[in-house]
Amino acid sequence: MTQHVKMTLNGQPIEADIEPRLLLVHFIREVANLTGTHIGCDTTSCGACTVQINGVPSKSCTLFAVQMDGEEIRTVEGMEQNGALHPLQEGFYQEHGLQCGFCTPGMLMTAEAFLREHPAPTDDEIRQAIAGNLCRCTGYVNIVKAIQHAAKHIREEQAAPVATAEVTR
Amino acid sequence: MIPDNFSYLAPASLPEVWDALHEHPDDAKILAGGQSLIPLMKFRLANPAYLIDLRHVPDMDTLAERDGALVLGAMVREAALERSPLIQQRYPGIHDASAVVADPLVRNWATVGGNLAHADPANDHPAMMLALGARVVAQSPRGRRELSIDDFLVDTMETALQPDEVLVEIHVPQPAARSGSAYLKLERKVGDYAIAAVGVQLAFDGEVISHAGIGLTNVGPKAIRAQQAEAFLVGKQPSDETVREAARLAAQAADPTADLRGPVEYKRAIVRTLTARALRLAAQRATALA
Repeated sequence: MTQHVKMTLNGQPIEADIEPRLLLVHFIREVANLTGTHIGCDTTSCGACTVQINGVPSKSCTLFAVQMDGEEIRTVEGMEQNGALHPLQEGFYQEHGLQCGFCTPGMLMTAEAFLREHPAPTDDEIRQAIAGNLCRCTGYVNIVKAIQHAAKHIREEQAAPVATAEVTR
Repeated sequence: MIPDNFSYLAPASLPEVWDALHEHPDDAKILAGGQSLIPLMKFRLANPAYLIDLRHVPDMDTLAERDGALVLGAMVREAALERSPLIQQRYPGIHDASAVVADPLVRNWATVGGNLAHADPANDHPAMMLALGARVVAQSPRGRRELSIDDFLVDTMETALQPDEVLVEIHVPQPAARSGSAYLKLERKVGDYAIAAVGVQLAFDGEVISHAGIGLTNVGPKAIRAQQAEAFLVGKQPSDETVREAARLAAQAADPTADLRGPVEYKRAIVRTLTARALRLAAQRATALA
């Protein structure tokens, strides 16, 4: 008993016949074969499965893929553009915002949506924003730095769009 | 974890929802934000054969004041409540509550209607809605029915909704000229349910409390109205002594059970402390508005 769904995944249309009980995270990993989105706790706690649905960060282990018919999904694979890391990815790299990296895709998805609404956040606002994403390695200090690093670069990019690549590197 | 098989229905109107409920009276479940129901299905504690998603039903996300009440559509997301200046300024208790529901990602999907209709005593809105004297609007092919939040909450995960009814709106009376509300919660960590939480609303006539509402979260089979404490406060000024006694009465109204979040005595003590703090905060907010 399957149902047909059609959605956009990182800008590419994708359609499939799926069981309604298929969780979005399994659809992404096993139907679309994008394994950047992780399964951590599987109980709506850890945020490793965070993806964006129409730009809104969401725990993909707590949504059914059938609900996503017609929606736009973005995963960590959609962040890099033309071989250049997203400023957030660059920030996590520069500030050592990860150790094992398991939480990182979810952190990036949450942080990207957050920075769109809060281009100049305080550390406290960042900590509030990532409260649904658990990291067992870093103690969060470097994650907050990484997000601040990205926020700064995005602000600078917007102020001087031409200098982007040079500033980032 | 994989839920049992089910059929997914995404009706585009309320009459279509009713048709679906009529066709599957015993084994259909309404899906709002899904942040409680889907985990239950994954644990196979809920195994509905039909899931009726309200996502595509229009006009379920009203958030406005109308005819003396705040009208909240059942599908208003917690994140929308959290971000709404209207809620922040006029209904701070609702703002407090929505900001401590689970975590920010869950709040992007979780809905106020789902929080009430799920009727989990650990959910945050039921107690706050008790304190605010909210009314719940249920709609069925038979018509529209309004009931008090007290009558709506029947027992653990049980509401007064009939099988053909859908919770469509919550109406919260507009705050009196000099009034304030607050919701305080103690949780072990972000995302956990409350060890205990307390919702409070106070209205003043001059310096004297003219109305008090107090609701308690996760210290009984359902959200509890602390009636004796409410009655005690009316006609008094919120002095330290009065607040202490009201907090003691609220702790007495709590009916907690011992579990991994703590023993009975601890939870009662938390209710007492949180009630005192919430009363002071509500009084302070009322003064600030005046």
